[in-house]
Amino acid sequence: MENSNKRYWKGIEELTNDPSFVKNIHNEFGNMPSENDSKGDSLVDGTGSHRRDFLKMLGFGVAAVSLAACEAPVKNTIPYLNKPEDVEPTIANWYASTFTDGGEYASILVKTREGRPIKIEGNKLSPVSKGTLSARAQASVLSLYDNEKLKGPQIGGKATDWNQLDKEFTAKLAAVAAKGGQIRIVSNTILSPTTKKVIAEFAAKYPTTQHVVYDANPAYGLAVAHGGSIPSIDFSKAKTIVSLGADFLGTWVSPTEFAAQWAVTRRVGSGKEGKKEMSRHYQFETILSNTGANADYRATYKPSQEGLVAVALYNAVAKLTGAAGVAGGSVKIDHLEKAAKDLVASKGASIIVAGSNDPQVQKIVAATNALVGAYGTTINTAVAVNYRQGNDMAMANFINEVTAGKVAAVIFYNANPVYNHPMGAKLGAALAKVELSLSTNDRADETGSLCQYNAPDSHYLESWNDAEPKSGFYSLTQPAISTIFKTRQAQTSLLTWAGNTTDYSVYLERNWESTILKSGAVAWKTALHDGVFGDNAAVSAASPAVNTAEAAAAISKAYANGSDLELAIYEKVGLGTGSQANNPWLQEFPEPVSKACWDNYASISQPTATKLNLKQGDVVKVSANGTEVSLPVLVQPGQANDTVAIAIGYGRTKAGKSANGVGVNAYPFISEVNGACVGACTKGVSVSATGEEKAIAQTQTHQTVMARQAVVQETVLGEFVKNPMSGRFVPEVLTAEGKKKATDISLWNGHEYNNHAWGMVIDLNTCTGCSACVVSCSAENNVPVVGRQEVINRREMHWMRIDRYYSSDAEVEDLKGLEVASDNPEVVFQPMLCQHCNNAPCETVCPVLATTHSSEGLNQMTYNRCIGTRYCANNCPYKVRRFNWFRYFQTDEYDFHFNNDLGRMVINPDVTVRSRGVMEKCSMCVQRIQEGKLTAKKQKRRPVDGEIEIACAQSCPTNAITFGDMNDPNSAISKLLAEEREGRAYGVIEEINVKPNISYLMKVRNKEAAKAHKE
Amino acid sequence: MSHVVSPIREHLVTGGKSYSDVTHDICKQVEGEPTKEWKIAFAVSCVIFAYGAYCLFYTWWQGIGVWGLNKTVGWAWDITNFVWWVGIGHAGTLISAVLLLFRQKWRTSINRSAEAMTIFAVLCAASFILAHMGRPWLAHWALPLPNAFGSLWVNFNSPLVWDVFAISTYLSVSLLFWYMGLVPDLATIRDRATTKARKFWYGLFSLGWTGSSKTWARYEYMSLILAGISTPLVLSVHTIVSMDFATSVIPGWHTTIFPPYFVAGAIFSGFAMVQTLLLITRVVFKLEDYITIEHIEMMNIVITVTGSIVGIAYLTEFFIAWYSGVEYESYAFINRAFGPYWWAYWMMMTCNVISPQLFWFKSIRTNLMVSFFLSIVVNVGMWFERFVIIVTSLHRDYIPSSWAMFSPTMYDIGDYIFSFGLFFTLFFLFAKFLPVVNMAEVKSVMKGVSTNFPVKKKAAKAVKSEE
Repeated sequence: MENSNKRYWKGIEELTNDPSFVKNIHNEFGNMPSENDSKGDSLVDGTGSHRRDFLKMLGFGVAAVSLAACEAPVKNTIPYLNKPEDVEPTIANWYASTFTDGGEYASILVKTREGRPIKIEGNKLSPVSKGTLSARAQASVLSLYDNEKLKGPQIGGKATDWNQLDKEFTAKLAAVAAKGGQIRIVSNTILSPTTKKVIAEFAAKYPTTQHVVYDANPAYGLAVAHGGSIPSIDFSKAKTIVSLGADFLGTWVSPTEFAAQWAVTRRVGSGKEGKKEMSRHYQFETILSNTGANADYRATYKPSQEGLVAVALYNAVAKLTGAAGVAGGSVKIDHLEKAAKDLVASKGASIIVAGSNDPQVQKIVAATNALVGAYGTTINTAVAVNYRQGNDMAMANFINEVTAGKVAAVIFYNANPVYNHPMGAKLGAALAKVELSLSTNDRADETGSLCQYNAPDSHYLESWNDAEPKSGFYSLTQPAISTIFKTRQAQTSLLTWAGNTTDYSVYLERNWESTILKSGAVAWKTALHDGVFGDNAAVSAASPAVNTAEAAAAISKAYANGSDLELAIYEKVGLGTGSQANNPWLQEFPEPVSKACWDNYASISQPTATKLNLKQGDVVKVSANGTEVSLPVLVQPGQANDTVAIAIGYGRTKAGKSANGVGVNAYPFISEVNGACVGACTKGVSVSATGEEKAIAQTQTHQTVMARQAVVQETVLGEFVKNPMSGRFVPEVLTAEGKKKATDISLWNGHEYNNHAWGMVIDLNTCTGCSACVVSCSAENNVPVVGRQEVINRREMHWMRIDRYYSSDAEVEDLKGLEVASDNPEVVFQPMLCQHCNNAPCETVCPVLATTHSSEGLNQMTYNRCIGTRYCANNCPYKVRRFNWFRYFQTDEYDFHFNNDLGRMVINPDVTVRSRGVMEKCSMCVQRIQEGKLTAKKQKRRPVDGEIEIACAQSCPTNAITFGDMNDPNSAISKLLAEEREGRAYGVIEEINVKPNISYLMKVRNKEAAKAHKE
Repeated sequence: MSHVVSPIREHLVTGGKSYSDVTHDICKQVEGEPTKEWKIAFAVSCVIFAYGAYCLFYTWWQGIGVWGLNKTVGWAWDITNFVWWVGIGHAGTLISAVLLLFRQKWRTSINRSAEAMTIFAVLCAASFILAHMGRPWLAHWALPLPNAFGSLWVNFNSPLVWDVFAISTYLSVSLLFWYMGLVPDLATIRDRATTKARKFWYGLFSLGWTGSSKTWARYEYMSLILAGISTPLVLSVHTIVSMDFATSVIPGWHTTIFPPYFVAGAIFSGFAMVQTLLLITRVVFKLEDYITIEHIEMMNIVITVTGSIVGIAYLTEFFIAWYSGVEYESYAFINRAFGPYWWAYWMMMTCNVISPQLFWFKSIRTNLMVSFFLSIVVNVGMWFERFVIIVTSLHRDYIPSSWAMFSPTMYDIGDYIFSFGLFFTLFFLFAKFLPVVNMAEVKSVMKGVSTNFPVKKKAAKAVKSEE
C-alpha cells in the first residue's frame, strides 16, 4: 500500500526533484558569506551583513554623522545644464574693454572668472593709456557690484518696467517738443563718438534739444586758451617741467598717462651705460599735491597769487628770450627765476603746465610755452585731447535757464550736477520747475532722486560703447557680464525715445564700420579683440595766438597778493570727483600725501595752525562764498601759509552706505573767475574752531623718517653722475677680521633656490606714490575693507602700502626735532610690502610653522595653520603683516562688499578669504606665479620673463616695480640688479641682515647738491 | 625630623606654641565655619571673577579686536599680564625648592601659601596664553601632538614652543611639589575629622598616609628630589619667557641681558606678591605667631636684593644701548625714557628701583603697613616693566611709517581683572579648604618642646580664655 499521507511540496522544484534544489534543501538561509568571502555580493541585498560589518557600519555612520555636524554649511553649486562657450571653471577669460567715467579714460583688460569680472588691468596695446590705470579704474570693478544702485527703471521713485517708462516718457517728451519747450541733455564729458551720434539723433527727433557738457573737475580754461580743444602733452620729451598748481601725476587731465611719460624722464641707471640724465621738475602750488611731492624744486603760493605767478614766469622767460614782457606779475616766489632759466636753457624740451581753470592764466602759460618752444615737441596741438569737454559757461547758463523756468525737459545723462556743480543747490531747488526730468544715473543720487524718471544706465562693464580719448585714437567697450540689474544702456534708451529700435551694440558696430573702420567685419573683430584702434602721428608746432597784454591785464584785475586767509579746493587722487564715492576700496584708499582716508578735512600748514591756535583733529567751521562746513583740521606740511584746502568728492548724501555722510561737500566753494569755475576762495574766508574734535583716519601718523638712512636712501643727480654709490648707506660691522659689510656676516645657512628665485625691485625714483598698486593688490588678494574706525585704530589691512616721509630741518642728534616735518619738506614715497626675507624673522618665531619659506624664495603664509599669536607681526621689522582682528566678511559692523552676496562676486576665487584670528600679508601674488608656472609646464617650457605679472607691478603706471626670477640671468630683474647692485640697489634696514628679496633703488633728486645735503 | 634652632636667630614661631597648638591653630580654619571676613573676601573675588569672565567671553566671541592692539603693537596687556603672572609664580618655587636646599628654615611657615600662589599665578598666566591667540580653539596645535598631516610638527625654533614646554613643566612640577607637601597635613585633618565627608575627602587625598618613620623618611627624600627638580625651573622658566623677547629682532627686545634680568625680576615680583598675601593671611587667619616680623623682614630683604639686581639691569641696558652704537637700539631706550610712554618708564623706575631701597631702614622693613604698601608698589612696578618692554619697544621700531600708539580698551582691562578674579577665588578656596601653613614642617622648626612646656600651657590657656 502506498503511503496515504498527503504530501505537500513546497514548489515545483521539490516535486520535480531538481538537483540544484535537492543540494540546498537543508540550507534554509542560503549561502552565508564567510569572513574570507571577498565577493560579499550578498551584502547588496542586505542579507549578508554580519556582526563585524554592522559594527563597521555603525562606527562609520556615527563618525559620518558627527563629521557632517562639524562641517560648515555648504552652499549648493548648480552645474551648467548647457555649458556656455568659453566658460571653463577656474580658467579666467580676459576681455579688452574701455574704462570711462566722464572724462577719465583707460583702455583695459577685464579678467572674468566663471562669468564674473573680478579684476581690471591696463591694456598695453593702447597707444594712449599704454596699460596704465588709475586707482579709480582699478576700483571700478567693485562699483559694478554695488548693491545700492537702482535695480531697474523708476517713475516717481516707484519701480516700473522699461515699456511703461518708455511709453510715458516718450509721450511727455513729444508733448514738450510739440509745445516747442526747451529740452536739455546734461552730461559730463562724453568720449564716445557713437554716443554723441546717438545724442545727435535724439536732438534731430526733438529739435529743441541742446546738449550741455560740464565737468566736475573742468579744464575749460586750458581748452579756451587753445581755441576750444586741449592739446596733447608729452612729458617724456621734457627736460624741464614747470607746473603751476597742476597735479599732473595725481589728478590733472590724464594723470596715469602723464605719470608714465614723466617716469621716462626720471629713470636713471647706475651702470656705465646707464642713463645719467633726468628731467628737472619745478612745482609751484598751494597744497602739497602728489605731483609737488615728486618735484625737485617746490615753492608755494596762495590761490590769489596764481595768476601773478604765471605772469611772473612769463616775464622771467621773456626777459631771457628777449621777448616783450607784460605788465603785472609782482610776486615774490622761490625758484621762479631758476625755473625760467632752466626752461629757456632746455628750449624745445621744456613744458609749463598750469592747473588753473582760469582761461586768462592758461593763455599766459600758453604764451610762455610758445616762448620755450614747447609746441611741436612737448605739446602737440595737432592731436586734440578729449578728456575735458565741459563748458563752464554753457553749464552756468543752463542752471540759470532752469532757475528762470525756461527749460521744459531735462535728461541727466550720467551727470550729477546737484552734487558736483558749484551751483548744484540752486539747480536742485529749481528742478521742480522743470516739466519733465529724467536721470540715467546708476543710482537715485542727489540729482537722480530729484528727477521724475530714473532710467538707470548699465555699468560700463555691462555695456557696449566706444571712446575717442584723443583725436584719431579709438577704443571699444564690450560687456564682460550681462546686466546684473534691470538696467539699460542710456544709449539704447535715447535711441528708443528717438524712435530708433536698433540695439546699441548693432548701432555701434554699424557706426564703427561706416565712420571709423571703413572696412569689413574682420576689422571690427580685430578692434574688439584689441580694444583699441587707430593712431594719429600728426604733429603741429602751432601755438595758439595769445594777446598776452590783454590776458595779463585780466589777471591783474582778478589776482593780487592777498594777506587774508584763503581757501583752495582740490581733488584727491583716490576719490577724485566723488563719482565712485560708494566704492569702499576708494574710501579706504590712503591719499598719497596726507595718508588719510574715509574723510575730507581742512588742511592747513603748521604755521597757520599755530596762528589760528588749532591742532590736528580740531573741528573747524570754514565759511566762504556763502557756504559753511564743519570739518576736522589736518596739519599739512608743505602747504602755503594762510590757506585752507578742502577736497571735493566727499559729502555725498545719496550715494550709498559707504559714501553718505563721509566728509563734507566742497563743490559749493568753487567760484567763478574770468568765466570759469576756479577752485578757490580768496576773499571772506573764515575758519573758526568749534571746540569739537574728530579723529582723521590716517594709515601713517609719523611723518618723518627720523634720519634713518637704512630706510630711505637718496642723493642728487650731480653726485650720482660722479659716483653711483653716492648717497648710499652701506652698514659695516667691525669684526676680528676687520670691517665687514653687515650683510656678509650671518649665522644662517641660507636657502638654496634651484629653480626660481622670485624677487622684486622698486625704483624710488619713478614711484610717484599714486597708490594704484594699493587698490590693485586689494582687488587681487581679497583684502578686506575695515572702515573708518578701524583705520583710526591702525588696523587697515592693505598688504601693499606706500610710506610717505617728509624731510625734517632738525639735526640728526635732535630726535624730538626729527619728528617735526619741514615747512616745505622734500617728500619721498616708499612702497612697502612683505620683503620676503631670506632670513625671515617671522618664520623662526611661529610656534606652529604657519609661515614658512618656499623653495623659490617666497615667504609663505598658511592661513589654515595659523593660531594667531601675532609674534610674527611683532617680529617683522617692516611691519607688513596684517592680523584679522575680527571676521571682516559677513559681519554687520563691516558692512562693505564682503557683507553682501553681490559684493562678494568681486572675490578672487584663487585667493582664500581669511577668517578672524589669522595673520596675512603679501604673498607676492603666489596664485599668479603658480598659474604662470602651470601654463608653462603644460607647454613643457619654463616661464618666460614677463609672462608672470604680479598685481602691484602690473598696475604701476610708471613701471617702478620690476618683478621676476632672479635665477634667470636674462630676466629684466636680473639685468636691473646686475646694473644697480654696485649702484642704487639696497635693501631696507640691511644691517639686521634679514636678506630681503625686495630691493629698492635709491632716489635721485635733480637739484643742486648743497640744498640736498642740508636734509 | 630634626629640631634645628639657630642660637642667634629670633624664634621662627613665637607665642610659645606647642605642637598641638600648631595643629589646632592651622586646622581650625579648615574645620571651622568660614569666617565673616573670608565670606566677604570670597564674595568680592567671585564678583570680580564673574565680571572678568564676561569680558573674557566677549573677547573670545568677538575676536581680540576688542582689545586696543593694532598692526604695529601686536602684544600689549595680554603678554604683559602673562609675563607678570609667570613672574609672580616664581616666588613659590624659589621658597619651596631653593630655600629648602639652602636649609632656610624660616621658609616653612610661608612655603605652602607661596606654592599655592605659584600654581594659581601660573594658571592666570596660562589664561593669557589662551586669550591672546587669534584662534584659541586651536591652541593644542602648539603642542607636539601626532596629527593627520603627516610630518607637520611644531616649530622647535620658536620661543613660543619653548614657552609651552617651560610653563607646562613648571605647572606640573609645582603642582606635584605642593600636593606632596600637603599630604601629611591632609592626613592630620583626616585624623581629626568629625564628619564623614571630611574624613572621606581628606582621606582620599592624603593617599593613605600613616605617619610611620618610614613614610616620613620617604617624604623627606621626595621633598629633596622634587626640590632638586624644581630648582633649575626657577631659572629656566623665566629665562625662556625672556627669550620670547630676547631672540627677536626688535630693538629693546633683542637683548642678551634678558634671562638673568627676567629671573631676578620674577623673584622680585613673586616675593612682593607673597608678601602681600601673607600680610593679609596672617591677619585674617590670626597667624601672627607663625608668620612673624622676622619672616616679613627676610622677605623684604630678598625684595631689596632682587630689586637692586633689576635696577642694575635697567642701567646696564641703557649703557649697552649707547655703547653698541646701534641706532635703533639707542632710539628704543631714549624713546622709553623720554618718548610718548615716558610715564610708564618712570613709573617702573620709581616702583622697582627706588621704592625697595627704602627697606635699607630697619624701621621700614619691619613696619607691616609700609611693607604691605611697598609690596603692592613693587608689583605695580613690575607690571609696568613688562608693559614698557613690550609696548614701548614695539610701538616705535625700525620703520617710522608704522609707528603707532597703543591704548587699552575696557576688554584689555576686563581680561586683566579676570585673572585677578581667578587668582583670588582660587586662593580663598585654598585658604578655606587646605591648611595654609605647613604644619608638619613648622613643627620641625619650633623650639624644643621640653624647655617650652610650662610656658606653653599658660600661654595656651591665656589664648583660650581670650577667646
